[in-house]
Amino acid sequence: MTSSAPPAIELRGVVKRFGEITAVNGLDLVVPDGACVGLLGPNGAGKSTTMRLLTAQAIADEGELSVLGYRLPDDSKQARAQCGVVPQLDNLDVTLTVEQNLIVFCHLYRIPKADRRAAVERALDIARLTDRRDAKVDKLSGGMRRRLLIARALVHQPRLVLLDEPTVGLDPQVRQELWALIERLRSEGTSILMSTHYIEEAERLCDTVTIVSHGTAVATGAPSGLVAEHAGELAWEVFGPPTMLSEVETVAHATGRPTRRTGTSVTVLGGDAAPTGFESSTQRRTANLEDVFVLLTGEEIA
Amino acid sequence: MSTTPVQPQPERIGRLERPALMGVLMRELINYSSFWRSSAFSSIMEPVIYLLAFGFGIGALVDEVDGFRYLDFIATGTVGMSVMYSSAFPSMFSTFVKYKFQRTYDAILAAPVDTEEVVTAEALWIGVRAGVYGCAPVIVATFFGLDPSWGMFALPAICFISGLGWSLFGISIAATLNSIDNFSYVMTGVLTPIMLTAGTFFPLSQLPDWAQALAQANPLFHCVELVRGAVFGWHGMIDLWHVGFLVAWSLVLWRIAIRQMTRRLVD
Repeated sequence: MTSSAPPAIELRGVVKRFGEITAVNGLDLVVPDGACVGLLGPNGAGKSTTMRLLTAQAIADEGELSVLGYRLPDDSKQARAQCGVVPQLDNLDVTLTVEQNLIVFCHLYRIPKADRRAAVERALDIARLTDRRDAKVDKLSGGMRRRLLIARALVHQPRLVLLDEPTVGLDPQVRQELWALIERLRSEGTSILMSTHYIEEAERLCDTVTIVSHGTAVATGAPSGLVAEHAGELAWEVFGPPTMLSEVETVAHATGRPTRRTGTSVTVLGGDAAPTGFESSTQRRTANLEDVFVLLTGEEIA
Repeated sequence: MSTTPVQPQPERIGRLERPALMGVLMRELINYSSFWRSSAFSSIMEPVIYLLAFGFGIGALVDEVDGFRYLDFIATGTVGMSVMYSSAFPSMFSTFVKYKFQRTYDAILAAPVDTEEVVTAEALWIGVRAGVYGCAPVIVATFFGLDPSWGMFALPAICFISGLGWSLFGISIAATLNSIDNFSYVMTGVLTPIMLTAGTFFPLSQLPDWAQALAQANPLFHCVELVRGAVFGWHGMIDLWHVGFLVAWSLVLWRIAIRQMTRRLVD
């Protein structure tokens, strides 16, 4: 991204504690103007807290935060006026119709009266709910509700969109619909910060990914770059009974190669051959972002 | 959009902005359009049923109370009761449901709206509703012989300021208590005694001296006194004390409601 505009989001050394628990622990994060950045981490890594910090619904204990050039929390209101937020948990007004939900947000985001009609039509089009405009929200399917939730965040054509786990709990087909929607936003030049724990989602949609663990950024870069840097090009996945998998780990660690358990198999990273002695039980595959994630954080992604 | 970089304006947006208040009010109004029938039915019919049942039931046994026909006395009393219940209850329950179950405030606060504005707009809306609902018992009573008076035109304003206070009371309670079950303590332990010691159904003079003194701190008492002033004729300077009490009480609760909601909504 080459742009003279200030970064859409810039966090420096941000700390947020809840009593004894430190949810965000010295987080650095930059979303360049017009970029789509993924915040990748397991449940409890501090992703949702980070999202709440960005709308001043949580106030940082330490560090500097700016959104669209505004310093938080003091000038958060101006930033929020130009941000769209898609929460992880559905908070639509369920007794209202699709259209009424959008009209409410036209008012909350101060869209002038003359432009409201067009804003609602545009959002209905984005959500592909034009023919369901008069349906009550509690009559919609899960996928429709999520599309409405996203479209609702876009009524005022925000410069920055915050998506907190946008596809969690949705079936694969609906997930792909939403990816298309996010891709459209991206192509229109909207800056996006998206938290997710779906590796594939981050790989497909994000220009850069920041991997967070225990409230800290452990790596940042383009998905392909992170894989090349931390996991290498190839991975060897060895299938077998648990006792054999333990042996594979012992052999691999002896040669300094990192491993991770992947369900019924163990993945051996680094090097350019299958682990010695287990060639017949090994499948070669391309290393992926999930490998990087587990290597860097020592945690399985949920 | 990266093609049209907008330079951020240096000045801060102020507090209690009209567009933010209007946004929250519109949300309330649009939501109200989906349940106004049930809300209006219970808020208007409940006091009217009390009025007619007590008015005719006890009115047959008692000719006059404090120099007024009993039905007229109770019509004015139920105005205060109606305003209290139709403001405190919806505020308690809807505030709790909105933050706990529907997460509505997360959505509103992600927009350019602050907690202070949410609380203010929601309470104003409940106050306006109370200003309308509260007039019902008096209007009904005029069909049963209550003499109309010019002072009745002040009823919406009296009900509005009282409703505003009760709404802020409800919001404060909802933001403070952790469980909706605990609302019972407030309803039975606070609101019921307040309702029965405010001169609503029987004159305060029936109560011991200490209870009469305590009534001076009872917002419903001040509301009912003002309603009686409006309907039967003002009492003079003492009415200013009643107005002053309600205004001061609402202002204090306004700040308490904002503080409690901020604690609840902003980590």
